[in-house]
Amino acid sequence: MSSRRFCSAAAALLIALLHSASAAQPPASAAPYTVLSRDGRRPLAARIMSGQEMFALDDLARLFNVVVREDTAAGGLTVTAGTETIALSPGQSLASLNGRLISLPAPPLREGRTWYVPVDFVGRALGPALGGHVELRKPSRLILVGDIRAPRIVGRMETLGSLARLTLDIAPATPHTVTQEGTKLTVRFEADMLDAALPATASPDLVANVRPGDLPASIAIDLGPRFASFRTTDTPGDRGGARLVIDVMAQTTDAQPQPTTPPPPEGPPLIDLAPSGTLRAIVIDAGHGGAEDGARGASGALEKQITLSVARRLKAALEGRLGLRVILTRDADATVGLDERAALANNNKADLFVSLHVNASPRAGTAGAEVFYLSLDEYGDAAERVAHADSDLLPVFGGGTRDIELILWDMAQARYIKESAALAQSIEASLRQRVPMSARAIQQAPFRVLVGANMPAVLVEMGFITNPAQEKQLQSDEFQNLVVQALVESISRFRDARSSTRLTGAR
Amino acid sequence: MIRRTAIGALAVLVVVALVWMLAAIAPRLPVRSSPAAASQPAAATPAGPERKIKATLYYVSEDGLSLPGVQREVPFADSIAEQARRIIEAQLTDPPAPYGSPVPAGTPLRSLFIGQRGEAFVDLGGDVRTKHPGGALGELFTVYAIVNSLTVNLPAITRVQILIDGKEVDTLAGHVDLRHPLQKNLKWTELQTETDK
Repeated sequence: MSSRRFCSAAAALLIALLHSASAAQPPASAAPYTVLSRDGRRPLAARIMSGQEMFALDDLARLFNVVVREDTAAGGLTVTAGTETIALSPGQSLASLNGRLISLPAPPLREGRTWYVPVDFVGRALGPALGGHVELRKPSRLILVGDIRAPRIVGRMETLGSLARLTLDIAPATPHTVTQEGTKLTVRFEADMLDAALPATASPDLVANVRPGDLPASIAIDLGPRFASFRTTDTPGDRGGARLVIDVMAQTTDAQPQPTTPPPPEGPPLIDLAPSGTLRAIVIDAGHGGAEDGARGASGALEKQITLSVARRLKAALEGRLGLRVILTRDADATVGLDERAALANNNKADLFVSLHVNASPRAGTAGAEVFYLSLDEYGDAAERVAHADSDLLPVFGGGTRDIELILWDMAQARYIKESAALAQSIEASLRQRVPMSARAIQQAPFRVLVGANMPAVLVEMGFITNPAQEKQLQSDEFQNLVVQALVESISRFRDARSSTRLTGAR
Repeated sequence: MIRRTAIGALAVLVVVALVWMLAAIAPRLPVRSSPAAASQPAAATPAGPERKIKATLYYVSEDGLSLPGVQREVPFADSIAEQARRIIEAQLTDPPAPYGSPVPAGTPLRSLFIGQRGEAFVDLGGDVRTKHPGGALGELFTVYAIVNSLTVNLPAITRVQILIDGKEVDTLAGHVDLRHPLQKNLKWTELQTETDK
């Protein structure tokens, strides 16, 4: 249609009109990405430029068989993939594909004769131009091309009396087999490769090692001297995924007068000994920090100071009273990115994520605490698919199928909305007994720090710093301790409820 | 030379196409003709009566806990993009009593453009971030005042992405995810729409 051509021309013209050059900074290198396709794996260098991860367009041209042209007269760049052309313009954080504007986190930058584009360009612009079969998986630094099946697998290991339990969360659900060959168990997946994070062993006498297997899409479990037998349990995991539990059991018949108590693991004491042991690690996020003050009160109190103070108190209380492993996203007045905060929780396989904040309003009278959890409406169909994906297999270019849910790893929170809502309600109920609450005590919102958390996650607004009385309260030991008490009580209650449903669910 | 001529010709075509497209959409807007001369003589400008539309803009309530819609007059524009610009410019001006402004005073609108799928990109000046008082609720109100004032008044606009100083941003003040265009969200408006005057 001619209107489409007009639109693309209009977009290009607008971009050209709005053109403004931005100074390129000397690039710093970042860890390379790996491009996986039927042809094998190839590295793709990434660089940090102006705080953004960027790929060289020349590298993309080589790897993806696209043609890059620089139009010196119009000052634009085009990337042609088959019959599709992506237009880029220096100084503009936008690309245009078939007249559709695609937002990018940064404009293209030039260094020498090479142009660089933000890594998101691959998923947002290049993928659609190539027919949608390119997937950028940032957390694992992978780019999947074609119908490569690479399920993400997160493992964790725990010791339960005389057995060692290895739990593998597999997203999306992928057919697999577990076989014993001598002193080794092999888990084979019907996939091309695995995107796996495997745990260290928790009981070396039962499981010596958990490692990538000798075959491309397999995991090997090296058995220890006390191994007697194993059993596996498959359950549907959090929506769209699957959970494989492998219990490795010790010999109980031979002369072992008392099963020796397992050696305490290194680090702070875990809750292993308690019957309600499903909650182990929790990440407490002190909002803002460093260059970001957050909200400010009329007498000068800063949100970042209050959140850090409460986070430290909460860590001490959770460790001391509940025996949880507590990780703070910051333990100083430091600038920490929102992605880093969720990533810290994901990498530590935390079971809960609680972000502490202080609210602000243009009205000085506004007061009261509020508890937020993620709202999915704003993310449209994408979140719906993550939340309700029952292995939605879609045909992909070149044959085969791909579970669409894979694409949205950075929306991990979509799978935990119900649990997050339950946690928010528990926290709200405990706060209400101790501190003033806002008229909207529980709310949902599209908060950046929550969306990537791969566990139940809430954001607690303790009060309004813009209210003079609350500004004083928020800084006081008494108020901060009341908030900590409420959080400890509600997290404890959440843990108990969760472990009882887990136990009854497992039988 | 040929290229320059071609670009010139293209530019003319684009302008013609844009005007045509916008003219096709504009009649759907709730246009209100100029006020009767007898009732409001002071409102008329010397150059002739200015066309206005009624638009719902969003302001912070007196208790600071909601973002009600308020009917205000906004200059009429011939094109959807221009009308969107007028609406945002009006949203950025001082609020009517007794409401508070959800957007830091003095925040400029740098540019506004509309994608083919009905996404509006609203590019605000850096003041919206540097002068922002912070707080999650305050940030939600800033974001949804912009998103709602476009999506509620201009049905052709389905989603809105806020840019700051021409760039895509993660958030405005550390909370609301601005990496994607956002849909209309009336959950903070409370139920009734109030009218000024």
